[in-house]
Amino acid sequence: MLLHMTEITKAFAGVPALDAASLEVAPGEVHALIGQNGAGKSTLIKILTGVYRRDGGDVRLDGVDTTLSSPREAQAVGIATIYQELNLVPLRSVTENIVMGHEPRGRLGLIDWGAAHARTREVLARFGIDVDVRAPLGAYPTAIQQLVAIARAVSLDARLVVMDEPTSSLDASEIEVLFGVVRELKRSGVSVLYVSHFLDELFAICDRVTVMRDGRTVATRAIARTGKLELIADMLGRDTLEIEAEGRTQFGGAEAKRGAELLRARGVATGPRLRRFDMALHRGEIVGLGGLLGAGRTEAARALFGVDPLREGAVLREGAPAAHGGPADAIAAGIGFLTEDRKADGIVPDMSVRENVTLAVLPRLARRARIAFAEERALVERFVEALGIKLAHIDQPIRELSGGNQQKALLARWLATEPEILLLDEPTRGVDVGAKREIQRIIRDYVDRGFAAVLISSEFEELVEGADRIVVMHEGRSVRELTNPGITENALVHALAHDPKAAA
Amino acid sequence: MSEAGATDRSARIPSRLPLHGGLAALAVIVIFNAAITPNFLQLQTLFVNASQVAPIAIVAMGMTLVIATGGIDLSVGAVMALAGALAPLIFLSDPLAAHPAAGVALAVAVPLIVAAACGLFNGALVAFLGVQPIIATLILFISGRGVAQVLTNGNLQTFNNPAFASIGTGRLLGLPVQGWLALAIAGALWWGVTRTVWGRYLLAIGGNERAAYLSGGPVARVKIAAYVICGTLAGLAGLISVAINSASDAARNGNLMELDAIAAAVVGGALLQGGRAPIFGAVLGAVIIQLIRYTLLANGVADEVALIAKAIIILAAVYVQQRRRE
Repeated sequence: MLLHMTEITKAFAGVPALDAASLEVAPGEVHALIGQNGAGKSTLIKILTGVYRRDGGDVRLDGVDTTLSSPREAQAVGIATIYQELNLVPLRSVTENIVMGHEPRGRLGLIDWGAAHARTREVLARFGIDVDVRAPLGAYPTAIQQLVAIARAVSLDARLVVMDEPTSSLDASEIEVLFGVVRELKRSGVSVLYVSHFLDELFAICDRVTVMRDGRTVATRAIARTGKLELIADMLGRDTLEIEAEGRTQFGGAEAKRGAELLRARGVATGPRLRRFDMALHRGEIVGLGGLLGAGRTEAARALFGVDPLREGAVLREGAPAAHGGPADAIAAGIGFLTEDRKADGIVPDMSVRENVTLAVLPRLARRARIAFAEERALVERFVEALGIKLAHIDQPIRELSGGNQQKALLARWLATEPEILLLDEPTRGVDVGAKREIQRIIRDYVDRGFAAVLISSEFEELVEGADRIVVMHEGRSVRELTNPGITENALVHALAHDPKAAA
Repeated sequence: MSEAGATDRSARIPSRLPLHGGLAALAVIVIFNAAITPNFLQLQTLFVNASQVAPIAIVAMGMTLVIATGGIDLSVGAVMALAGALAPLIFLSDPLAAHPAAGVALAVAVPLIVAAACGLFNGALVAFLGVQPIIATLILFISGRGVAQVLTNGNLQTFNNPAFASIGTGRLLGLPVQGWLALAIAGALWWGVTRTVWGRYLLAIGGNERAAYLSGGPVARVKIAAYVICGTLAGLAGLISVAINSASDAARNGNLMELDAIAAAVVGGALLQGGRAPIFGAVLGAVIIQLIRYTLLANGVADEVALIAKAIIILAAVYVQQRRRE
């Protein structure tokens, strides 16, 4: 075994985060680490990479007892980590990012840029990436940046590369490139520890999988001899048959009962990324927006919410032109927008759950200038209860909550405004399986009360089972519409792949 | 719920730490002075310090609001000079010399309005044009004092106007008027920050501006209000400092005040990245800075050395904040 972690324990302020967790990674193995949010995956990885110190247990690297006390030490022994949030320098060149801290020196101790560029090209070529290494890294898409991060790790002679949710910001073709890189790493004898919420990915590239729950390691399985349902059962601590009986998502059973029209987009354009968007939304329905990354789905939601000014076309609210000068107007017109990027656009991390939940409904809580605190607390407590948000108390800073609970709190923020229309951009991204099902159920309940939602999701399964209709987008245009019942994942993929010109 | 109880405590204590740290520092300074400085424990000492700390505290509170939005206001010293230069010009002017009451009223109102307009200018640059706060406020930092000096031809204006001077020298219940003024402002701003919708938006904008905007927050309005309040309070501090001396020197009034105010805000627990507005912390920070200066002066240490002591205090405050952020 390359890595052998046994009986690892760790507590934060007396609260155990890890309790007898273990992990084994063989040389040249792609090993998956999965579990719900709060299962202890991040903590385990941070102990492995020297960010945290363990309270107890053994870490053996090549059979040698190892205690790492900083990420730098981890790097020195060949453990490289690619975090969800990339820790690269976007304004500096690709080369600088790759060689940072290990610059080839010429005479006089100056950096030998010729050698540095050459080494960078060589490292990137291994992964089939051909970019201008002198250009600033930030000029490239996230996928390239991520691959550069991996290339950097490998160039430092890593023996174990830890990837934390590496595909969360990649589109399908970029994921394929990433998988190619992972396979290349494996071929050259480097082990990969792969943390992901997307179970399908594990079956595509991983050899074995370790499942964690409540700070413990509950199972280690060979991927070839296991199924998706078993993994979900392990993660949730439930019985396989029970899950099968419930169906795979809580969206199931959607029926088209179309009411009056609430919202319509007619030939909407806001810029190069949204060029012609048509859509109608009725009471009691969920309209999905399908498309690959960059198809303009988020831009469409932003246009409906009045964030980006319209250059062409019109947004009609119950048949009348909606003059949304910005989010405040849209909210007043009964629209809510759950944004995709929870950290950048959603939570105010240092504020309490209470303050985060009521942020969009503040005008209604105002008694003249003053906030009605008693009402505020009652409102928040009602939603915490209704949505099953797990927290210590409502004045806890929201950053201390797990991703799924943060997402529920943000959903509560919008439900509190009592909107008629919810725009949901990747509402279940980055949350664990349990929270995902709950969020889906909350959305379905909301729509069944006679409201409506626009659902953006990169998970075809969620779209196909959740949406009553799917508007398929391609390069900033809505190109066709599929109607449930009858949509299958294959039909959706087919629609996405289909040439929009041929369709028109 | 025992686990919840534990989280409860750990979540609440840190938010009060800087104030506790500040109070501890204050206690140390007071005890040190009581032991070393002659005549420290006299009412006169309290009076002198209260009258000198008030302008710093008033400016520091405005600065705290701006810092809470993730901004900074470098122009406060220049706005003090401008407001301070205007007041004597107004009540000494020919038409108003005959109407002393109206003269004093206008000499207070007009400079405050001008100071508010300076804040509006800063705020508009930041909120509508997206200019970096440090650059936006640099404009008035440079030009405000220049305008003040042009208005007064670079002369020192001295005057004898007891009614106006009472802003800086008057007493109420044995304490200087401006001390009471500072406390009243602190109370009002604390209420505004902790109890009103505006205060909630202020902190949300500093904490995550995009989230605040997408949640319907009136980002531009709230930011501009912070700069306007900051400018107005700087103008008030300028008037007080002119009233204390019965003289207005556009070249020196409010000189380096922006640094004192930022220092007081930071010592008081404000985070430069925004999201926190400890109003009473700013007052405490101003008191600590003032007392350190007083301690050194009263013990015969040169004013220049006091600057170094100030720097050490700021360093200590930043260190405490960094440790908290972990």
